Amino acid sequence: MRQEVRARAIQLGFSIVDQTKFVTAASEIARNTLDHGQGGTVLMQFVERDGEQGLRLTFEDHGPGIANIEDALKDGFTTTGGFGLGLPGAKRLSDDFFIESRPALGTKVIIVRWK
Amino acid sequence: MERIPILKVGQSLLVSIQVDMHDRLAMALQDDLSQMLVTTRAKGVLIDISALTLVDSFIGRMLSNIAGTARVLDALTVVVGMRPQVAMTLVELGLTLPGIKTALDVDRGLAIISRSREDSADGGERGTR
Repeated sequence: MRQEVRARAIQLGFSIVDQTKFVTAASEIARNTLDHGQGGTVLMQFVERDGEQGLRLTFEDHGPGIANIEDALKDGFTTTGGFGLGLPGAKRLSDDFFIESRPALGTKVIIVRWK
Repeated sequence: MERIPILKVGQSLLVSIQVDMHDRLAMALQDDLSQMLVTTRAKGVLIDISALTLVDSFIGRMLSNIAGTARVLDALTVVVGMRPQVAMTLVELGLTLPGIKTALDVDRGLAIISRSREDSADGGERGTR
């Protein structure tokens, strides 16, 4: 998945720093989807807004959902003894960030990086 | 399952992370390093990440675990070859990796490790005077 994200980022002409930041963000969310969400899907789309081009990734799982999104978005908050940087970090490394979660239904995270 | 090879270089252990690591490989590496630190009584661990185009919090946690174990076993951990785009991303991600030194390459990393042994040797002597 990381290679595919990077390939699309390269296609859009992202600088190597922007590529790295966005692929790292994707890696964090993907890991969450696997570890917490019990597996899910990612949709990669080229998007456009006001003549600007971007890459949008939509991660979706049907896992247990996030109990408290506000907590989850705080640096250092972890339910698995990790660093707790995945969600807030991915948000910092992306331009646009959207998250929606319902306990017992699942979680959806969308991140976008504009050129 | 393949395991990451660990080389002994002087009084240090050298590990080169070349591939995408999955959980089991990361755990195996941590185990192997701990074992070798004990059997070789190495004073340093050099982790070469020059091949990595990406370091996320999973790799960060692995590096942190390795450094923690090394510290308990009286060894210094130095990460070498971090690419600039990786460094910039780590800063924004908020991954500070405290307790881990960094160096541009293996030579400099080895120098850091031998310097730290000299310092502690001097400190010991000063302490007893």
